Amino acid sequence: MSNLTAGRRSASRESLASRTAVMALMLVLMVYFLLPVYFLIVAATKPQGDLAATNGLAFSHFNLFSNLHTLFTRSDGIFLKWALNSVIYAVLGAGVGTLISALCGYALAKFRFRGREFLFSVVLGGVLVPTTALALPLFLLFSSIGLVNTYWAVFLPSIVSPFGVYLARIFASAAVPEELLESARLDGAGEFRTFFSVASRLMAPSLVTIFLFQFVAIWNNFFLPMVMLQKESLFPVTLGLFEWNGQTARAPLLQESVITGSLVSIVPVIIVFVLLQRFWRTGLAAGSLK
Amino acid sequence: MTETETPARRAVAAPEVPRRRRRASGGGPGAGTIAAFLTPFFLPFILFYLVPVGYALWQSFRVVRRTGGQYGTSYTTFGGFHQYGQVLSNTEFWSSIGRIGLFGIVQVPVMLFVALVMALLLDTPLLKIKAFFRISAFMPYAVPGVIAAIMWSYLYSPQLSPVVDLFGHLGLHPNFLGPGAVLWSTANVSTWLWTGYNMLIMYSALQAIPQELYEAAKLDGASNWAIAWRIKVPIIAPSIVLTTVFSIIGTLQLYAEPAVLRQISSNISSTFTPNMLAYAVASGNNYQQAAAISVVIALITFVLSFGFMRLTSKRAGL
Repeated sequence: MSNLTAGRRSASRESLASRTAVMALMLVLMVYFLLPVYFLIVAATKPQGDLAATNGLAFSHFNLFSNLHTLFTRSDGIFLKWALNSVIYAVLGAGVGTLISALCGYALAKFRFRGREFLFSVVLGGVLVPTTALALPLFLLFSSIGLVNTYWAVFLPSIVSPFGVYLARIFASAAVPEELLESARLDGAGEFRTFFSVASRLMAPSLVTIFLFQFVAIWNNFFLPMVMLQKESLFPVTLGLFEWNGQTARAPLLQESVITGSLVSIVPVIIVFVLLQRFWRTGLAAGSLK
Repeated sequence: MTETETPARRAVAAPEVPRRRRRASGGGPGAGTIAAFLTPFFLPFILFYLVPVGYALWQSFRVVRRTGGQYGTSYTTFGGFHQYGQVLSNTEFWSSIGRIGLFGIVQVPVMLFVALVMALLLDTPLLKIKAFFRISAFMPYAVPGVIAAIMWSYLYSPQLSPVVDLFGHLGLHPNFLGPGAVLWSTANVSTWLWTGYNMLIMYSALQAIPQELYEAAKLDGASNWAIAWRIKVPIIAPSIVLTTVFSIIGTLQLYAEPAVLRQISSNISSTFTPNMLAYAVASGNNYQQAAAISVVIALITFVLSFGFMRLTSKRAGL
């Protein structure tokens, strides 16, 4: 209460000029952040012919539904296939990834055993490994066992998230009290039962955070699928749109589908993002702890 | 020296013994249970992280030889540091490193400075509608790099861009895809994607500082400006170090954004960044050389990340 009034009093002490300057600066920055998305929305509603002929920031003929129809029927509906692939890779990959990260991070936080700190530093080292450096050797390994050009080639490496284990360990030590585990053990509950019925519930908000981080990492991934996949029907949406974008020089009519497809693939994720905002902040706060 | 260490070590070791005994009798998890918790992560971690690292290292020390001239059958054999010698004497490798170095030296500080200023402004009472600013700035993080680059490539393109039109009205004709500008156009895409993410890391750290810390400074008559730079920034220094390390790692891995801009600009070569070079070399079936490039990139990443962390922790006297 007293904090609040103190804050308010100091706010009124600030000069109008500095408040205006700050607001103006932030508004300029917001134009910068929102401009590309606004442009994409406008461009997605236009017929192909208007893209170059009309002002890019002003709406012209409203053609969004026809663009969507073209997008989803092009090449036997391959875009929908790509979108579904992205959902499969990202939702299943992040789901499995969160589960194994939670089990591992929980064990590293709550069980005492020899080599625990060593294992944790190996995981931390994994956070620093550039994942693109892994893609080429993984391609060779997978091609020798015939995994290249399958769902598994993208899915399997995606489930591993050292950062997720790091977060899970921090969250488990903060959210799960030692006494609770002791009493569950005295009641004769097994460790897995304790984890799934007690610990995982206490960790639930942080598990959402871990899921979101991994979901975005997989959803945005481009290099790994590009190295692993040649079959178009297995592409995630990023790789598919990249391929289409490369063909617009020869087939200019593809341009409108690239634009509409980009919009369709970012809007659902942005909405989920805004709705689940608070989970990001807990994760990022924990991630920056030393 | 050794005499002073022994009692200290004993003092640390002494309480360990009864604690461990108490755990064992209290029914802590056995080795099998612990392994069951760890294996689901560590098995794929070993298979898809450690094994590829080891495989890349092994491959980087191999060379392809042919029996009996150009048309003989090829086989690989141990080649020592041959591949590394090739990488280090490759001018394309050095120009890609130089390009990405210049990119990093400019883009990372600019991005982190903007992120820091935004975080500090969001943390003051000066600003209204904070949630809107926070969400809008963070939103690009949800956009895949490929799609961000596609969006910006339309804003760079001379035929379609409303931005180029706007400059045209002012009598200016910038070429965002020209030989000198295209590196900075790529840097802009990265800045757009990651500023909000870094801002949110710093902002979360600022929110964790107890308000009482400022109250004393305010009573002493410190301005908001002084509080921000003298109190807040030093406290969130670990977050700034973290965002810098993440940015260094990201810069060295740059691939998707320049690859997209390459589709509309002839000023981006197939070996524009180290990662693009590695991919181009691998596409030419020279996997041993590509492995050596990957190893060198990873080594540079480690040296820079750890070097930066060491440097900053020394300076802060930690």
